[in-house]
Amino acid sequence: MDLAYTPEEEEFRARLREWLATVLPTLPPKPSPQDWPARRAYDLGWQRTLYDAGYAQVHWDASPTTRLIFLEETEAAGAPYVGAGFVGLLHAGPTIAAEGTPAQRDRWLPPILRGEEVWCQGFSEPDAGSDLAALRTRARRDGDDYVVTGSKIWTSHAEIADWCELLVRTGPAAPKHRGITWLAMPMSAPGVVVRPLRTLAGSAEFAEVFLDEVRVPVANRVGEENDGWRVTMVTLSFERGTAFVGEVVACRRVLGELARTARENGRWDDPVLRRRLGRTNAEFRALWRLTQWNVSEAEASGGVPGVGGSVFKLRYSHARQELYDVAAEVLGVESLDLEQPWVLDRLSSLSYTIAAGTSQIQRNIVAERILGLPKGR
Amino acid sequence: MRFRLSGDQAALRAGVRELLARRFDGEALRAAVDVSGLDRELWRELGAAGFFALRVPEADGGVGLGLPEAVLVFEEAGRVLLPGPLVATHLAAGAVDGAAEGEVVVAGVDRGGLVEWLDEADVVRGDAAGAVALRSVDPLTPLHRVPGALPRAVDPVAVLLTAAEQLGTATRAGELAVQHARTREQFGQPIGAFQAVKHLCAQMLVRAETARAAVYAAAVTADPVDIAAARLLADEAAERGARDCLQVHGGMGFTWECEVQLLLKRAWVRARRGGGGAESEELLAVDLLA
Ligand SMILES: Cc1cc2nc3c(=O)[nH]c(=O)nc-3n(C[C@H](O)[C@H](O)[C@H](O)COP(=O)(O)OP(=O)(O)OC[C@H]3O[C@@H](n4cnc5c(N)ncnc54)[C@H](O)[C@@H]3O)c2cc1C
Repeated sequence: MDLAYTPEEEEFRARLREWLATVLPTLPPKPSPQDWPARRAYDLGWQRTLYDAGYAQVHWDASPTTRLIFLEETEAAGAPYVGAGFVGLLHAGPTIAAEGTPAQRDRWLPPILRGEEVWCQGFSEPDAGSDLAALRTRARRDGDDYVVTGSKIWTSHAEIADWCELLVRTGPAAPKHRGITWLAMPMSAPGVVVRPLRTLAGSAEFAEVFLDEVRVPVANRVGEENDGWRVTMVTLSFERGTAFVGEVVACRRVLGELARTARENGRWDDPVLRRRLGRTNAEFRALWRLTQWNVSEAEASGGVPGVGGSVFKLRYSHARQELYDVAAEVLGVESLDLEQPWVLDRLSSLSYTIAAGTSQIQRNIVAERILGLPKGR
Repeated sequence: MRFRLSGDQAALRAGVRELLARRFDGEALRAAVDVSGLDRELWRELGAAGFFALRVPEADGGVGLGLPEAVLVFEEAGRVLLPGPLVATHLAAGAVDGAAEGEVVVAGVDRGGLVEWLDEADVVRGDAAGAVALRSVDPLTPLHRVPGALPRAVDPVAVLLTAAEQLGTATRAGELAVQHARTREQFGQPIGAFQAVKHLCAQMLVRAETARAAVYAAAVTADPVDIAAARLLADEAAERGARDCLQVHGGMGFTWECEVQLLLKRAWVRARRGGGGAESEELLAVDLLA
């Protein structure tokens, strides 16, 4: 066991740190969270900056450890988050890289890397959430096109996306996992209607997407027809893998800020609160170590994150909620004021035990796939 | 010992529930989110029904009932998330003209320097000079904060009535969760068939029923230590209950349109009243050595 980084990795870190120090002060101010076009432009602009400096590909080509260092350093320096680039860089892109044809890789990957196109994820449907494989959006073959009809829900970034990684049912008669196909759908296609949905924080972070006879070229299919479930599992393992590294670093920074705020407003003198902060610190230090462990495992196994992602996601999503509950204790009455950024973060932390597989589903995965307990119905 | 509702108490509760179902149903709740200000007509109707005058002696024109009845009524209010400074106005009945009848709206400066519904109030008890508006996390409770407000002594009755409201909200959270667990299907069965979901719902009931016993008993004894215990249990039942309810609802629970968010946010506001639960914890700790 060894926690030291190699000289090459340390050199990568030093170079990156130096570059961040020069480039971050030149960035434009962050746009308002409500201004979607501005957010899109800002997030893509950052990706372009990374591209020009040779860092664009780090999510895909770099070793897991290099990726870890990248995410750690960018977050620590206060660099922008992937934001609108999330699905392209962390779901759709890696899927196309792993499963796409050379022509598909040439068409879709460079614009993602250059920060030119935004992707969204059209998986969940009103009646297919935890039971994703029950999805019913139909795709019927018509010449060189699929004709797609149905609806998706909870689609993050749908309003500003150019492309949607879409799961459709092509084999209605087959067992549910075997009749699904993965398509890249242009959001500008006729028949696509996006209706924004408001979250409990008051902003429209996700949307319903209605599809009425939308024509998607067969050439936009990644993987074989009816093989979309397997293709999807590749994507989901990325989602549950290293996607949260930056967030853990960010949470640790918030924790430090909480302690300092508590010292300033006098709450630090409350030993109950002080110890709770200490316990939360233990939690996030351990989560950081678990991240390193998972990255080492991924490195040893050739890059694809495994079930360790479920362990991490379960623990992390609850730790994040606890972090912002502690923040509320530190803030006292001000924890009821939406002008306090931590209050919005507290609200959004409530989605962590639901999005990308609920905690109940993650526990089922841990029990069945890691512990080998009998499968429930 | 006959620790259960009397016939009159059960009838009172049924009457209030019926009034609120008629005048403030789920649709009215959602509509209230989009308008600012209080429904004064409803306020007067509450007054006419004795909501505020409940504990004012009959000789003074009140209903002449006690804390147990008040707790039942406030539980119903908490169940439907009835908006407005209900506790402050109820406490002002008999002391502030028009409060008992629902003719005036009374706000109060809380121990933590928090004032609910300040702009809507006709009368403010306590010194609200220099109050600044917060952007309230709860769309149905406008909040102000009085910087440097001197801590005021907490009225145990206010604490108990707040606990009763929390109890109502905890109960409602459990009902909504069970309703959703029965009807929402995934993997070809109602999600309530999965033990993970069953257990969430069962825990909600256990917390709410434990809190209920504590709240009702505190209403009978009016003992400050009983009230402190009731408060802690009820806060937990409401906050945890609303969260678990959100979890049972999945993505839908995270939306603005879903009632669950309103339960959670109101529970958060109430849990901050009187400066939070710390004082109650201290009181209960000291009680052990008494
Ligand atoms: C903020 C946010 C962003 C999202 N972004 C996207 C996106 O961009 N694209 C996309 O496709 N989707 C997205 N989602 C959807 C997300 O993946 C689903 O919400 C999630 O999979 C749960 O599905 P559901 O909402 O239908 O809840 P349900 O599946 O109805 O779950 C309801 C409850 O039942 C429980 N349950 C269900 N099945 C079982 C079981 N077998 N055992 C035990 N318990 C069970 C769940 O744990 C939950 O508590 C997003 C969700 C959120 C909250």
